[in-house]
Amino acid sequence: MQDEVLSINNVSKTFVTEKGLGVCALDNISLSIKENDFICLVGPSGCGKSTLLRIIAGLETAGEGEVLYRGNKILKPGKRRGMVFQEYSLLPWRTVLGNVGLGPELAGEPAVNCRKIAHEYLEMVGLEKFAGSYPYELSGGMRQRVAIARALANDPDILLMDEPFGALDAHTRIILQKELLKICEANRKTIVFVTHSVDEAIYLADRIVVMTSGPGKIKELIDVSISRPRGRGDQSYGKLSARILDMLEEEVTGNSATPLSDQQEELRKEVI
Amino acid sequence: MSKVKRRNGFLVSLIIPVIFVVLWWVIALRVDNPIVLPYVSQVFALLINPMGELISMGSLLSNVIVSLIRVLVGYILAVLLAIPMGILMGYYSSIHDLFNNFLGIFRPIPPLAWVPLVLAWFGVASFATLSGVEDGQLYIWLNNLKISMVFIIFIGALFPVLTSTIYGVRSVNKTLIDSTLVLGANNREIFSKVLIPAAAPSIVNGMRTGLGVAWMCLVSAEMLPGSISGVGYLITHAYTLARTDIVIAGMICIGAVGALLDGVFRLFENRKFKWQSMAR
Repeated sequence: MQDEVLSINNVSKTFVTEKGLGVCALDNISLSIKENDFICLVGPSGCGKSTLLRIIAGLETAGEGEVLYRGNKILKPGKRRGMVFQEYSLLPWRTVLGNVGLGPELAGEPAVNCRKIAHEYLEMVGLEKFAGSYPYELSGGMRQRVAIARALANDPDILLMDEPFGALDAHTRIILQKELLKICEANRKTIVFVTHSVDEAIYLADRIVVMTSGPGKIKELIDVSISRPRGRGDQSYGKLSARILDMLEEEVTGNSATPLSDQQEELRKEVI
Repeated sequence: MSKVKRRNGFLVSLIIPVIFVVLWWVIALRVDNPIVLPYVSQVFALLINPMGELISMGSLLSNVIVSLIRVLVGYILAVLLAIPMGILMGYYSSIHDLFNNFLGIFRPIPPLAWVPLVLAWFGVASFATLSGVEDGQLYIWLNNLKISMVFIIFIGALFPVLTSTIYGVRSVNKTLIDSTLVLGANNREIFSKVLIPAAAPSIVNGMRTGLGVAWMCLVSAEMLPGSISGVGYLITHAYTLARTDIVIAGMICIGAVGALLDGVFRLFENRKFKWQSMAR
């Protein structure tokens, strides 16, 4: 298919612990992502959703199977696939402007252009006044805005977001969700967004991928057909939310996966 | 307000030194034996006249300069080796594994313990021997730069710089590396744009410690045979002549120069690495 941007084919990933035990993080995941799709991956912690995102980014390799980006196998990170992390991703010794201009700088753009591009994207996220500030001078929400601006300034084809609002307070989170949708309207991108918040997934996504834990599998694919802007008070919003939460609860209580999956998350961090 | 505070802070920092000098003054008068404890005025007279000729060894200042050059040569060599090596050892765990245990054995050996071996290897050979210069002013300077001394200082400065560099690179937040990789950085750019700037505060901190250690190794280095100048030698030579006042003046010079170098580093750290104390 022509407009298929990412195709994830039978991807499995096993981490090997120090004792030589294999822990299965992803088991036979297949998913096709189309141009301008907004996909949210939700699932219990440790279900491997971040690992899947890192494989798409090229920061990790799939154990089995492959991920194709526009028909080419992903082997290493590339600037066409931008990524926003949960926190601590800004270079603390660079100003906000220097951080946002980093992508163009690495691409070999002259300094004047880097600044111009950086200013443009800072304006988009409403932070042009803070161009000369350092990351430590900003609030958590502002830092994530800068991280988004930095990813966009590199003009990626796909934006991968790994719980980008996970460390923010509820109010800031809702504001940033709105802003993200606004930015996406003006600047259409294919987005793969990892979150553990069902509400966030329903608010943002075109399609929600619900994952199971230990090992991570796709439990269900849900098309979100609620028209935008989505009201959290809507009946259909609440229904969908209840349905997904039920699914996840089943996952957590239905089997003994939780303690194991926490352990897996720990292991994943250790291995990295 | 802050100006007044800063001035008060400065005044407070003077209290102990003043008490110390007064005590010295009083005790010296009571002891009344300048070989055991010279009078403040004697030492002070030496310090305010740093260009004056001392016990036929040249002036205090010229000896300090000779020592400083020795320290800097050994120190710079150590830094030039330790920083690249530390960066590689910090980033590539295979290189770390290769060298770490080997270096771990050398690390605890005090620089002074190297003296016999260093003498056996280099004797009184100097940089003049090494470069083949045989006369003129240049010869005098190069001949003062004994290989053995430079080696001792080098060993002393090497490990603090190496250890801090490894630590600095190892503790770089992985997310910084990942987020720069996804922006399209290659390996060289990861080093130049992430690892080195991120580890810089730790590296400079190690350089400051290393310079301190190098300066401390100086006296032992200058007690080696073949030495005819330097503050360290001045102190040992003055001791044999029972000139305790010169010993103390030399000690004060070593302390003052060391503190000055340390201060320069601190100033640089506070200016350049403000982000580090503020971040997180």
